[in-house]
Amino acid sequence: MDKSAFEERKTISAPMHASLRHDSAHKHVAGSADYIDDMPEPEGTLHAALGMSDRAHAEIVSMDLSAVRTAPGVVWVMTGADVPGHNDISPTGRHDEPVLAEGRVEFHGQPVFAVIAESREAARKAARLAKIEYRDLPHWTEVTDTLENGATLVTDPLTLSRGDADAALAASPRTISGEMRIGGQDHFYLEGHIALAIPGEDDDVTVWSSTQHPSEVQHMVGHALGVPSNAVTVQVRRMGGGFGGKETQSNQFAAIAAIAAKKLKRAVKFRPDRDEDMTTTGKRHDFLVAYETGFDEEGRIQAVKANYAARCGFSSDLSGPVTDRALFHADNAYFYPNVRLTSQPLKTNTVSNTAFRGFGGPQGMVGGERIIEEIAYALGKDPLEIRKANFYGEPGSDRVLTPYHQPVEDNIVARIVDELDHSSDYKARRRAIIDFNAKSRVIRKGIALTPVKFGISFTATWYNQAGALVHVYQDGSIHLNHGGTEMGQGLFTKVAQVLADAFQVDIATVKITATTTAKVPNTSATAASSGSDLNGMAAFDAARQIKERLVAFAAEKWGVSPDDVAFVPHHVRIGETLVPFADFIKQAYMARVQLSAAGFYKTPKIHWDRAKGMGSPFYYFAYGAAVSEVSIDTLTGEYQVDRVDILHDVGRSLNPAIDKGQVEGAFVQGMGWLTTEELWWDDKGRLRTHAPSTYKIPLASDRPKIFNVRLAEWSENAEPTIGRSKAVGEPPFMLAISVLEALSMAVASVADYRHCPRLDAPATPERVLMAVERLRGM
Amino acid sequence: MASPIHLELSRPQLLISSVVTSVVTGTAAEAATAQSPGAEMPQNSKVSMIVNDERHEIEVDNRTSLLDALREHLRLTGTKKGCDHGQCGACTVMVEGRRINSCLTLAVMHQGDEITTIEGLGEPGNLHPMQAAFVKHDGFQCGYCTPGQICSAVAVLEEIKAGIPSHVTSDITAAAPLTTTEIRERMSGNICRCGAYSNIMDAIVEVAGTRA
Repeated sequence: MDKSAFEERKTISAPMHASLRHDSAHKHVAGSADYIDDMPEPEGTLHAALGMSDRAHAEIVSMDLSAVRTAPGVVWVMTGADVPGHNDISPTGRHDEPVLAEGRVEFHGQPVFAVIAESREAARKAARLAKIEYRDLPHWTEVTDTLENGATLVTDPLTLSRGDADAALAASPRTISGEMRIGGQDHFYLEGHIALAIPGEDDDVTVWSSTQHPSEVQHMVGHALGVPSNAVTVQVRRMGGGFGGKETQSNQFAAIAAIAAKKLKRAVKFRPDRDEDMTTTGKRHDFLVAYETGFDEEGRIQAVKANYAARCGFSSDLSGPVTDRALFHADNAYFYPNVRLTSQPLKTNTVSNTAFRGFGGPQGMVGGERIIEEIAYALGKDPLEIRKANFYGEPGSDRVLTPYHQPVEDNIVARIVDELDHSSDYKARRRAIIDFNAKSRVIRKGIALTPVKFGISFTATWYNQAGALVHVYQDGSIHLNHGGTEMGQGLFTKVAQVLADAFQVDIATVKITATTTAKVPNTSATAASSGSDLNGMAAFDAARQIKERLVAFAAEKWGVSPDDVAFVPHHVRIGETLVPFADFIKQAYMARVQLSAAGFYKTPKIHWDRAKGMGSPFYYFAYGAAVSEVSIDTLTGEYQVDRVDILHDVGRSLNPAIDKGQVEGAFVQGMGWLTTEELWWDDKGRLRTHAPSTYKIPLASDRPKIFNVRLAEWSENAEPTIGRSKAVGEPPFMLAISVLEALSMAVASVADYRHCPRLDAPATPERVLMAVERLRGM
Repeated sequence: MASPIHLELSRPQLLISSVVTSVVTGTAAEAATAQSPGAEMPQNSKVSMIVNDERHEIEVDNRTSLLDALREHLRLTGTKKGCDHGQCGACTVMVEGRRINSCLTLAVMHQGDEITTIEGLGEPGNLHPMQAAFVKHDGFQCGYCTPGQICSAVAVLEEIKAGIPSHVTSDITAAAPLTTTEIRERMSGNICRCGAYSNIMDAIVEVAGTRA
């Protein structure tokens, strides 16, 4: 058996921590990676389109769909009354979000009926023929309007409190209060929503859905059809981007396609047009933050009070946990000795806002950083000085408790910031910029260094579990399936690396397969940056089980101690004998060893008592920092991002190439959110930025001119995560706050940095110009 | 059959005036049936195109975009539909060597044209240098914009070589320089929501460098 030892290869192609390319790289560049719209359609596939409300808030007096029904190609017109189970897809069980509106519409563009036709064009054309009579009701689309008109909430608010904020404010040498508006953001995943439902026998249905949360689509389709979850199979191989926009928003399209497929006994495909996708699906929450802070002459914070009011839309969706997470990050990396934070998840007559990378955290953090900026301008100091004065302390000090009473025990923010401060030459550049601004009449520059501390884990504790299914076949090839979904973040590659590492085989030995509720049940959304943490560990656990059985088998057959059995590159070493992996597996099969395992993982340590606002909701924190330098034109408000330096912590990276891509991409997306991406509703409540023609996301030409991105290679997760890595999806998104603050500094220069410019987000050129004009008058 | 005024219409005008002009403009497509005044307009036309070096004859509704013709009639699904109105670039293909948003042009306008899609550039195992560079530099994340990015990138280098100026070209009478500023500007019609722009640029610059 050991005759092959001479051909032993000492390494495997892609262990953990290697910069392996994305598993679908060769297919992506050749156009042969199939998304759902690329799959061959079953014969006789029908297509769906939405009939949408053109009122923001109204009672439906009458609905005449006869012209829709008789339009060419139309097979069926479906209304809320046709939903066989529950006309409800509210993800948190509040029963406030219908599949199709009945009796009343609550936002402009709300789906009222669906047309099923022989072609997409026929369905879309017919959908325009409805005659719906409405009785208008008062509507509020803006946070401010809602606050002035009863401030109805869509879900319970949260309060986080520690110490006595009011008393500390009263006793503080200096205080400041202010308000900040923070805009929302459309996901603009390049692949829009899509569902393909294929009816099966009895009550079975299979749905291919572009979703980050197949288990929830399964539950919602079952709920709407009135069938148990075991009748519904949901599958997804890959998404063309998700960013949180496919966590709950896939439910509606999947439910309609599945209901129609079962009724008509034909496959139904539902791919909304881009404008309809943007109109009918939720976005990042806009916030109005009202803050008050007390501090001393050194800029050390004594107290913070803040209220985070959010535009949630007409239903709760995920607004409860999103607004909670805003509060969880209002402290960012700073210790607040006395603090009181409140959320106000407001009901508005707009599409129901949802998850988006950071999940409220970015908005919370922008508010917290505004407070730092206010203090710096009030004291005439560099904001970085204020930041350093307020960082959480070393573990064991009296400055480690968060507003939710979890101590920060893995704090590396000071080291990250110091390293970046030096490597980016921040201080000298800041001095040079102040000199430049003193001489430059029109063009002004700004620079800012902002840190990030982001809590990792779902705050819904039960979500922090995952499963994986691993088969080793007789020929030694390995089949990998887990509950996570691939949306470009490289999750499948990372988890395959975990398995390749565990069995010490080449990555090509591991076949990555589409996520399906039939293989791994009760999964959580691929969200909260948790994909690799959870699914990597679940796959690791499956490998562990199979390996334990293999070790027992080898020890018995070869008569060695289990300690003398080891998985080495491409082989199993049993005592002095080296057996090629595939040969070994064949022998194990012949000896009737079970070569398949279901792995499971649940995050340890975490707990959270929402009513008390106390607990340890996060397993650990991820850290990072960025320095951004910008130039603005004070005559037009136009600007450009000249240089960005980033140092970001991903623990011991599972795949540095993928992680660096995540950091860069997150930064660019965050920069878009805070600069050019502006959502705008008109007085009728109609979203007027419903296409890329009117909604501007960053382009190749918007990328910082100089963009230096490094991972903190010395970092290791203090907790025993998979390979001591850290989550990477969301934390670097908030590095872009440095762009907003650099723009702010450039604006502040026109009034000699005496006033905090209070630039709202997004800082569009118009807002920059208005801030310049406002400051010139001060 | 076609009046002179129709023949003078430019392609953008054709798009705006849609059905009638695209049918009667004999140079753009051969109408399926002859028509006389007052007769019902033919809805469909036969179009012959050379796609990826292969001649295809298809009959399409006159309003079918080139994108839908490629995806739904020829089953070439490598070309993606991102926004369907010419703003995202995911549907970029090359027509007669020049890039075009295939969602913004009608299939019937491409009678006899040579069209190259991502499938025609290369395939796994035999990749075009630009495709190989995108793999090497991780020039994508979710991959949905990638076919359009690559088709655009290949055409951009040809445009610069041909001396076609862009918005950032300072001297439009001289040859456009092969700079990253030029490439970034020219690639700005292709949105990447994952923000993989750094790696996309690295891939293009590498190919541009080896060809220069």
